[in-house]
Amino acid sequence: MSALVLAEHDGGKLNPATLATVTAAAAVGGPVHILVAGGDDASAAADEAAKVAGVEKVLLASDAAYARQLAENVAPLVAGLMDGYEAFFAPATTTGKNIAPRVAAMLDVMQLSDIIGVEGPKTFTRPIYAGNAIATVESSDAKLVITVRATAFDKAAAEGGSASVEAVSGPGDAGLSTFVGLDATESERPELTSAGIIVSGGRALKDSATFEATITPLADKLGAAIGASRAAVDAGYVPNDYQVGQTGKIVAPELYIAIGISGAIQHLAGMKDSKVIVAINKDPDAPIFQVADLGLVADLFDAVPELTGKL
Amino acid sequence: MKILVPVKRVIDYNLKPRVRSDGTGVDLSNIKMSMNPFDEIAVEEAIRLAEAGKADEVVVVSIGPAKAQETLRTGMAMGADRAILVETDDEVEPLAVAKILKAVVAEENPGMVIMGKQAIDDDSNQTGQMLAALLGWAQGTFASKVELDSDAVTVTREVDGGLETVKLGLPAIVTTDLRLNEPRFAKLPNIMKAKKKPLDVKSPSDYRVDITPRLKTLKVVEPPVREAGEIVPDVDTLVAKLKAMGAV
Ligand SMILES: Cc1cc2nc3c(=O)[nH]c(=O)nc-3n(C[C@H](O)[C@H](O)[C@H](O)COP(=O)(O)OP(=O)(O)OC[C@H]3O[C@@H](n4cnc5c(N)ncnc54)[C@H](O)[C@@H]3O)c2cc1C
Repeated sequence: MSALVLAEHDGGKLNPATLATVTAAAAVGGPVHILVAGGDDASAAADEAAKVAGVEKVLLASDAAYARQLAENVAPLVAGLMDGYEAFFAPATTTGKNIAPRVAAMLDVMQLSDIIGVEGPKTFTRPIYAGNAIATVESSDAKLVITVRATAFDKAAAEGGSASVEAVSGPGDAGLSTFVGLDATESERPELTSAGIIVSGGRALKDSATFEATITPLADKLGAAIGASRAAVDAGYVPNDYQVGQTGKIVAPELYIAIGISGAIQHLAGMKDSKVIVAINKDPDAPIFQVADLGLVADLFDAVPELTGKL
Repeated sequence: MKILVPVKRVIDYNLKPRVRSDGTGVDLSNIKMSMNPFDEIAVEEAIRLAEAGKADEVVVVSIGPAKAQETLRTGMAMGADRAILVETDDEVEPLAVAKILKAVVAEENPGMVIMGKQAIDDDSNQTGQMLAALLGWAQGTFASKVELDSDAVTVTREVDGGLETVKLGLPAIVTTDLRLNEPRFAKLPNIMKAKKKPLDVKSPSDYRVDITPRLKTLKVVEPPVREAGEIVPDVDTLVAKLKAMGAV
């Protein structure tokens, strides 16, 4: 089964979620091609994609209309290319989640969202109900449209492949939408979904200054990314893209430290596949302790500075 | 402008579903059901636009069992003007929901459809994008801010890297994210009033949409349980254990 993978990239660099998506696509069997849709600068990402192990060909669509990954423009490009493929895979990032269902509807295919396993050529596992159940689902559609939970698959090797790069074109600007701006969260830290260690703070952190003063020194000490619960984001302690959970980002670092987070099912859905979970909470009955490998019942305003000092 | 708001009846977000031991699915009998939280945000946004004089009618629509009438009444108690139930006891996949909604849109001619970004039961996050594709409309997904003008809507989107703003021609689809607004609670007098608001009941066949599922669920199981670990007495022990595990 030949598969087309949508690359997630920022022009120059490939997002690591793309590599996990390649692994999922390869598991279905058959050749894997990567589509890099972008503006003039997308050729750097295409060159990077060509080096990914196991990739046979890279399709490069450079057009100003694709520079911002507007779904109205990218979906028709993908749908037009799908004559040559039996499956389309996109990472379950906000970009992939925006584009893939639009492609699926254009192809009259029922999408499989956020798969975590490949059981057969048309059979996949995916979490439902905030990860409280895992469904095994088989598609009866002629083609597959799939988004992939990156944390559930190993990353394909970024080096070792030598795919050819072929230029393709699509309908271009659909004239429905325009990009106005991106208010990017600036950070020197590792990206949340690919970080090895995450320090996450919840509602208990009081306000943005306290969050910063308490969580940042520990994250700095560990070289960690910073995450948060929905409550901390809603209250404006940190930007929206810090939210870990069912409806935020799904993470699975080597170490996840949950500080002042109760452990609602929606939060657990985003982090319970972390290798080691540490929870610091003053309430011994907080549900977060049911998934924590190491729990410390303490006031975080004493425990976190002490921990930072002793590491 | 008329705004159409699709709403879904789902398990209440506070509850954890029980997976049936025979692997056939999730047991929802005797479980509290509520409006999907993202759909509540969608209803709220539509009502606010109406209150601001930017919309003149808000229509809620649900595709589901007879009991989804309760969900529609909740939407009307919040302030929607009328409701449509496309009644079916079958499970309807997002693609089929989008096809039914497309037919409803053809009848109702809304200037905008505002809907939740995902339902908290199947967690698909598809229907809005699919409806936009079927209609050939623009889509502003994962919205945290919506500014409606006469000929365009500017949508701020919650994306992985921060906040993205796009401008969409009308008509358009908007899907809601958590920060868009805080939905109101319906007040008792409004709950009473909602009982008298019009609610039309239709069926998928009225719209000539084939809702045969494309996906077959072979089994549903509980995820592997994560064993609770240990409670450590103090920070020194925590540090020692973390070091012993090689975690830091
Ligand atoms: C549709 C929907 C989607 C959602 N999606 C998400 C999601 O993706 N991610 C997410 O996180 N949530 C999500 N939620 C919200 C979720 O239900 C919870 O409300 C939220 O996770 C709670 O955040 P919290 O743990 O920070 O706050 P709380 O539940 O208020 O917990 C705060 C914790 O801090 C502890 N504490 C307080 N003071 C101290 C102190 N001094 N020292 C130590 N501990 C202290 C308390 O004991 C408590 O356990 C969603 C909800 C809905 C309805």
